[in-house]
Amino acid sequence: MFTDSREEDVATKEIQLNVDGNNHVITADPEMPLLYALRDDLGLRNPRFGCGLAQCGACTVHIDGQAVRSCVTPVDSVGVGKVVTLAGLGGGNGKAHKIQTAFIEEQVPQCGYCLNGWLMTAAAFLEANPNPNDGEIRDALSGLKCRCGTHYSIMRAVKRAARA
Amino acid sequence: MTINVNRRTVLGAFGALTISVVLPGHKARAAVLGAATQPPLKPENLSSYIQVNADGTVVAFWGKMDMGQGTDLGVAQMVAEELDLPIFKVFVQQGNTATSINQGGASGSTGIQQGGTALQSAAAEARYQLVDMASKQLGVPIPDLKVDDGVISSLADPAKSVTYAELIGGRFFDTQLEWNQKIGNSLFVKGRGTIKPVADHKVIGSSPMRRDVPWKVMGSGDYVVDIKVPGMLHARVIRPEVAGAVPVEVDATSVKDIPDVQIVREKGFLAIVAPREWDAIRAADQLKVTWSDSTPNFPTQAGIFDHLRNAKSVHREPGEDVGDVDAAFAGAAKVVEATYDWPFQSHASMGPACAVVEINGDRATLWTGSQKPHFSAAGVAAILDMPSENVHGIWVPGPGSYGRNDAGDAAADAALIAKLTGKPIRVQGMRKDGTRWDPKGPASIHTARAALDKDNNVLAWHFESKGFSRVDVNSNESATRDTLAGQLIDTPLKPGVGFGVPEESYGFPAKRKAWETVAPLLDRASPLRTTHLRDPVGPQIHFASESFMDEVAYAIGVDPLEFRLKYITDPRDIAVVKAATEKAGWQARTAARRQSAGDGKFKGQGMSYAQRSGTRVAVVCEVEIESKTGRIWARKFTVAHDCGMIVNPRQLTHTIEGNIVQAISRSVHEEVQFDDKNVTSVDWETYPILDITETPETIDVVLIDHKELPPSGAGEPSMRPVAAAIANAIFDATGVRIRQAPFTPDKLKAAGLA
Ligand code: FES
Ligand code: FES
Repeated sequence: MFTDSREEDVATKEIQLNVDGNNHVITADPEMPLLYALRDDLGLRNPRFGCGLAQCGACTVHIDGQAVRSCVTPVDSVGVGKVVTLAGLGGGNGKAHKIQTAFIEEQVPQCGYCLNGWLMTAAAFLEANPNPNDGEIRDALSGLKCRCGTHYSIMRAVKRAARA
Repeated sequence: MTINVNRRTVLGAFGALTISVVLPGHKARAAVLGAATQPPLKPENLSSYIQVNADGTVVAFWGKMDMGQGTDLGVAQMVAEELDLPIFKVFVQQGNTATSINQGGASGSTGIQQGGTALQSAAAEARYQLVDMASKQLGVPIPDLKVDDGVISSLADPAKSVTYAELIGGRFFDTQLEWNQKIGNSLFVKGRGTIKPVADHKVIGSSPMRRDVPWKVMGSGDYVVDIKVPGMLHARVIRPEVAGAVPVEVDATSVKDIPDVQIVREKGFLAIVAPREWDAIRAADQLKVTWSDSTPNFPTQAGIFDHLRNAKSVHREPGEDVGDVDAAFAGAAKVVEATYDWPFQSHASMGPACAVVEINGDRATLWTGSQKPHFSAAGVAAILDMPSENVHGIWVPGPGSYGRNDAGDAAADAALIAKLTGKPIRVQGMRKDGTRWDPKGPASIHTARAALDKDNNVLAWHFESKGFSRVDVNSNESATRDTLAGQLIDTPLKPGVGFGVPEESYGFPAKRKAWETVAPLLDRASPLRTTHLRDPVGPQIHFASESFMDEVAYAIGVDPLEFRLKYITDPRDIAVVKAATEKAGWQARTAARRQSAGDGKFKGQGMSYAQRSGTRVAVVCEVEIESKTGRIWARKFTVAHDCGMIVNPRQLTHTIEGNIVQAISRSVHEEVQFDDKNVTSVDWETYPILDITETPETIDVVLIDHKELPPSGAGEPSMRPVAAAIANAIFDATGVRIRQAPFTPDKLKAAGLA
């Protein structure tokens, strides 16, 4: 026989969040990852759970323009940071960011479950490096997962966005 | 460019599905055609496949699924073609048991090959019916009518015309088709309408844009993980650290600090539910469970192939010999022989599976990402003790699907928890549920022998596979014995037996292709239970058979391409082999060339080819290998692909590219790790897949379009020749023959890389 156990204390608090330009107050365990605040408290559907371990990117959002993996970001650590999700990346109201336009034009996704990682990371990367070469794009996106294997389309789309 | 999209507008046309009133056309009807209410969803009813909306758009109801390759778009193109409609007027509704006949779900790359051709045939009948109605309404004989963009008009007097919408928009076809009495992949229907001659094709062969891409890219649509039902609770299934263990004691006090947590237990099944997802996750982590002792009968990781060699065969399929194989070997001047090994692999879908089940009295609804929602709904019905027609299965895109992955288990989990709690349940796994606990692609060993005469002609080829079954659990989840939940509530198990043989056209005078399977490891709820993983058993079989063709060629001092062309008999096979090697610039050789790529790297080129259910693929791969580290980069792939008539060239190309990347990943990285207690591949660190830094810099795809042939599959065929092409390129680069996948630096060193 063997036994698994872990002890934890649970206390909730009020936390303010600014997401896609809107202010929200939620009551939650401060240690709860931002991902669950976005999905469950705010009812947003696009950041997704892929691993919960910062290994895949499916949960990626921007905080103050930086690509961040929300599955390992305690909600209380966001503070006054401005959170942007995939749905808000183009500025809201269904407007597309140029990386989204490029992914649509190149018809990149298969299942598309991975897209938050690639799009949010590539958008932040192109902001910092508007004219990347292939090697720089690959390095910037290294570590993101796409199980369907759309990597080759992704390369085309990021290059297209860089040209746009 | 500004793109404003959300999924609702794309699906807007479906709104008409629910309109049962007849909207008047701009001309009065001469007669009321069709039925006012939808005839029952039966395979023989035309209305089960094709519907004309009040606005003249058409919905095709498809009982298969698109997993992101745009197969549904291909089907829409086939239907649009037969109905003479532009593609933007045709929509495909898929994966809903209330609106589609079970055509097998996503299965065996048959989406277009079988599912699409059935709908195309139904659409041809719909056109026939519409033209017949128009003829009566306009008083013009059928041969004097033409159809264009949903308008049927008199050739002599174009002013005499009527639209599809005017004829039957918003109403329903009430005629029958000839049905071949089959449900699933092989369902086919036929009416009096015949499909168009290829020369008239306008929509087939073009590459319109997919409808699902905008909402996926904009983050504006629902995946199965996004489904919410009022009163829904979040569930996590709790699985043991030691495979085979079942809960003995569960300490409820260990989670009492988390609000509204409920423990759910039935026999060996244990789960926890909470109104908030984070609470369910924390509670699952925190729950104190005492598990029974278990000693799973797993061999060591290193000993898995010896286990397969020594294990008793539970089933042998000897195949049918060509020629006299035994005599050929007895009289051979020389015999070449080699064995190859392939590990267990995981679907490791992008996210762990999710399902939602809601019970309402004697009926239930399932939302699932399973690629076979009809079967999945039947599996839920079995858990709930309901007739399967009482469960409404709704497919919602999931986190990827490449066969019988964990989605089938999630549906059964959600059903069981919903039954035990009486609440709507959303269950999603954690990462390890998708990697440790998904059903696996089978590990296998392969022995190949060739008998040669004194002039090095091949007299006979003998190929044997021995592996875990591809259907230890079935390729769909309709039976409780095939899901973890079902097994944990003591459903008697009945592992199936199945494997496969190489698909090729080598014209050796004698051939034997046989297989046998061994018993599953751990008889229930095993993390190493085996089933279909994309191109089931194709990659392992063709890794072995096509590596072996190179081995024979080199053994007799012949260039591997020349060797293949000497023996391959099928003209389409020859054509793909020539197309790929010509495009890639094949470099003939009779021994490993060990060419330097600079920087302490070697480079090499390798090829292979395979058939799959009518499709042919040849690939040429160029690799670079760092001699110090043994790291491989499959730098360039050239693929020649013949799947008969091409419906959508861009989607076909993307599908092939995705196959190549996933196949490289499986060839160079993927091996499910395990110890004597459990699978130890639990995440992306312990089950790595191909990184974008390792993706080929070039994937050249040559499409061979045979418009005169029916379309065959494309979802899997290009997966199967990849591993052999890489192994063959590794040999050219290094002189090292790698006979065990994945081709990790360790295995390359073990195979002799200095
Ligand atoms: S879900 Fe956050 S990185 Fe995978
Ligand atoms: S498109 Fe499926 S995981 Fe990337």
